Amino acid sequence: MKPQKHIMTMLVDNEPGVVSRVAGLFSGKGFNIESICGSPTHNPEVSRITIVTRADPPVIEQIEKQLRKLVNVLKLRSLNGPHCVRRELALVCIAVKPEQRAEVLRIVDLLGGRVADAGLSHLIVEVSGEQEEVQTAIHLLEPYGIKKLARTGPIGLIREPK
Amino acid sequence: MELTGAQILLRILEEESVDTLFGYPGGAVIDIYDELARSPIRHILVRHEQAAVHAADGYARARGRVGVCLVTSGPGATNTVTGIASAYADSIPLVVLTGQVPTHLIGNDAFQEVDIVGITRPCTKHNYLVSSIEQLAPILKEAFHLARSGRPGPVLVDIPKNVQSARIRFRPPGALRSRPYATTPEPHAGQLRAVARLIGSARRPLIFAGGGVIRSGASEALTQLARRFRIPVTASLMGLGAFPGDDPLFLGMLGMHGTYAANMSTGACDLLLAVGVRFDDRVTGKTDAFAAQATIVHIDIDPTSIRKNVPVRVPLVGDCRESLERLNGLLADPPGEELESSRRQWLAQIEEWKAQRPLCYRSDGTIKPQQVVEELYELTRGEAIITTEVGQNQMWAAQFYRVRRPGHFITSGGLGTMGFGLPAAIGAQIACPEKTVVDIAGDGSIQMNIQEMATAVQYRLPVKIVILNNGCLGMVRQWQELFYGGRYSATCDNTAPDFVKLAEAYGALGLRAERPEEVRPVLERGLAHVGPAILDFRVTPEECVYPMVPAGAPITEMLLV
Ligand SMILES: Cc1ncc(C[n+]2csc(CCOP(=O)(O)OP(=O)(O)O)c2C)c(N)n1
Repeated sequence: MKPQKHIMTMLVDNEPGVVSRVAGLFSGKGFNIESICGSPTHNPEVSRITIVTRADPPVIEQIEKQLRKLVNVLKLRSLNGPHCVRRELALVCIAVKPEQRAEVLRIVDLLGGRVADAGLSHLIVEVSGEQEEVQTAIHLLEPYGIKKLARTGPIGLIREPK
Repeated sequence: MELTGAQILLRILEEESVDTLFGYPGGAVIDIYDELARSPIRHILVRHEQAAVHAADGYARARGRVGVCLVTSGPGATNTVTGIASAYADSIPLVVLTGQVPTHLIGNDAFQEVDIVGITRPCTKHNYLVSSIEQLAPILKEAFHLARSGRPGPVLVDIPKNVQSARIRFRPPGALRSRPYATTPEPHAGQLRAVARLIGSARRPLIFAGGGVIRSGASEALTQLARRFRIPVTASLMGLGAFPGDDPLFLGMLGMHGTYAANMSTGACDLLLAVGVRFDDRVTGKTDAFAAQATIVHIDIDPTSIRKNVPVRVPLVGDCRESLERLNGLLADPPGEELESSRRQWLAQIEEWKAQRPLCYRSDGTIKPQQVVEELYELTRGEAIITTEVGQNQMWAAQFYRVRRPGHFITSGGLGTMGFGLPAAIGAQIACPEKTVVDIAGDGSIQMNIQEMATAVQYRLPVKIVILNNGCLGMVRQWQELFYGGRYSATCDNTAPDFVKLAEAYGALGLRAERPEEVRPVLERGLAHVGPAILDFRVTPEECVYPMVPAGAPITEMLLV
């Protein structure tokens, strides 16, 4: 069996300590978290946490069952496959010499990114999309010299029926 | 009506039919103690907070109710952790109430402040910090509900001192918040029929009962199923008592120190009906070889138990009792002639295994620990509530005391906590005042909560402590003898006190036996005594527990006497 990447999203009580319960379950049982992203939903009592993990399928099954056992986890869904929308946001701060600026801006444009901040010798570029797209963007920007990088990890929703 | 937090707490405890609190006072719970003096709830003052939790645990197991304990903040709270983890490992319903520093001091490193909610997060089913008096009643209600629902477990409620002393107009809490986790699934009808078909066609069926059978009150249904279809039964350590230990269909315990018949039958059965178990490594040995010829059916209320350790063909998520009762309803009459004869052969084969390699030991003029347990079994006619410590004493108790009823074998199975037996016996004795309660102990373990003798004496609890005194940390010594070249590092150089004098110092009866013929009279005198007693049996130091399956080996490969 090969470890698989697996994305899951859960609605949880918006209470102190809930993220720690979820993260603690992973660390305590030796599961790994590749990324975790959480914030409140339109209902102030409920937050959404989205986690990417990598594990063998039976371990993934076990992780999901264990999460469902947490009292604060109200609902849990997998976010893999075409029936879901997934997005990740990255902020990439790159070193840019004046003579490279035009070239970099073209790449940013090509990637559908935006410039979030600019200075004489740097740009902060904002890119979003499926995780693979963000990965490609980072790859293309890398040659200019990445000074800092922040990624949210993916979030997602299951599509509604058409 | 205006009530303080402390008054609300006691009111909810009464509503939850709590009649006994095991506890230890301190500054952060002084308001609750002040109220407690005016409450009908009985308080048992232990001598160490760990023991408060084990006592509540023993009470819960013997009585089939939620056990409750109350301790102060800081060190009082941290002392409960081993007890909580033990109860968590064995799925015992507890509500642990801890005091906390006032809310405005939380986070300031105040005197006796500790983040007990953070510390116990991984070893409770759930836990709460009550941050305002308005939350107190609803949280307590939910805590009791969580402790006993689904797969039971300990729940901790941390109550700051100012919440205890604050006042509000009390309104009884409304309905519980709905928690999706807590919905107990109905056993799936299709799966039930599949299980019934498998039982109806198996040639070599075997039932494997675990602690879940006892927790869910499924013993009767299980016994009915086994007897009606003459299916032999084995049990995990936690499952002892789920099926009568003296029934000819019972094979004894399974696993590392399981009986020859139980381990061989598991290796040879074609259907393993596992009920309320979690396939702990002490049971399965090498998992690939476990029940290798069998279709495994697994009934359990906790979906995380299923397929966690072994592959299961037919999972059935649901309450054990309900599932078994429905199965009993579904199953038609005994199988036809051809199957009958396979089943007769199967039972004959099992009888042969039983006869070939029964549990046994060699007498040699010294007291054998097994002899002590056997004679205790005879003298109490298998009717005592047995608690155990951990180590060889626990395994000999499991092997030689053929427990007949659920709730009568109380042991720290999952965590293996030395020091569990005496406080658990105290809790069990309070739960069942009419019963004979015996802690089968080792000379090492008993010293881990020996201070509770004072509790037993104070409340005139006639618990009996049978020490299988081998003068060493026997189970570890056994591993060193068998697997570490006889290098007895730190296991054979412990000095124990004179337990007879110690008993007397506490105001209890102390008796000693040094020769085999003294065993019975000492047991008789001890059991007849009206108060607590320590019975010190000087047993062969080198005795090992057999059968033994080396860790990680298939359970059919046993070291035998
Ligand atoms: C709190 C705790 N510490 C350590 C152990 C490891 N341990 C398991 S059995 C054992 C020896 C127990 O000795 P004793 O109580 O004398 O019992 P015996 O095995 O001799 O019957 C030890 C140290 C444990 N189970 N629990």
